[in-house]
Amino acid sequence: MPLNKALIGKEYPASEAYEVGREKIRDFATAIGDFNPIYHDQGAAKAAGYPDIIAPPTFLTTIGFKFGPQVVGDPDLGLNYAMVVHGEQEFELLRPVRPGDVLVGKPKIAGITARGKNEFMTYEASIETASGEKVAVARSVIVSRGTAPQEG
Amino acid sequence: MSAVTAKVRYADVSDGEELKPWTYDVQRLNLVMYAGASGDFNPIHWNEPFAKAVGLPDVISHGMFTMAKIGQYVTDWAGDPGAVTRFKTRFTSPVVVPNDAGNRVTVSGKVAKKLGGNRVLIELAGAVGDTNVGAAEAEVELA
Repeated sequence: MPLNKALIGKEYPASEAYEVGREKIRDFATAIGDFNPIYHDQGAAKAAGYPDIIAPPTFLTTIGFKFGPQVVGDPDLGLNYAMVVHGEQEFELLRPVRPGDVLVGKPKIAGITARGKNEFMTYEASIETASGEKVAVARSVIVSRGTAPQEG
Repeated sequence: MSAVTAKVRYADVSDGEELKPWTYDVQRLNLVMYAGASGDFNPIHWNEPFAKAVGLPDVISHGMFTMAKIGQYVTDWAGDPGAVTRFKTRFTSPVVVPNDAGNRVTVSGKVAKKLGGNRVLIELAGAVGDTNVGAAEAEVELA
């Protein structure tokens, strides 16, 4: 069944807060096999001009699990998650994420389009600190396989 | 702005300049670690019977793991991870990760355009053999 285009533009409430921890950044960097000292060692990060270690750019994906489910799991959207693949991901990074950041994501559905048999849903989230400082924008395109409206 | 200490100088790069390609190996262990660290426990990334039952040739890598490795390539080039101000990846084909053999991904990039204000647009690609697995771009603020 096609996705519900009436939801284009729908804004969702701010997600539960995600508190960024130093060991979590190290774990994530280790899991991607990136041993850049700026992700692991406070001394190296300070020498590079940062107040603390910073997170790799794609660390924001972990925070996406806080705000993504309310969009992809929205019962009004009609998305069958078993038919979904990740098509595209974009991050605008206003500053690096660092330990102690308490972040929320405020997602909205930016677009739903059909191409061939598939539909493409874009949702984007402003990622902000508790005090309202915008840190990043995350934009995801997910592909809903085989749900495009068919002519005839 | 976020750039602190990019090692590459804006004056030293030119449009069309190619970056030195780089390869990384991916094994099942990497996917298990990535699942745990990222919170993405979709079984297509660790459960071979499940992956095959939903029509995949084998377990496949998380797209975001591929994006993370392309990100490592561009942050290593720039010399400062904080210099990347925008990063986008389109997942064009899955990276299949067989149990013993794993797989090898080649990452390449070029300076697509000098944007002014010390910012450059880098075009990036990940490939397994001749198959493109990710088409990416990053904006980086150089020294």
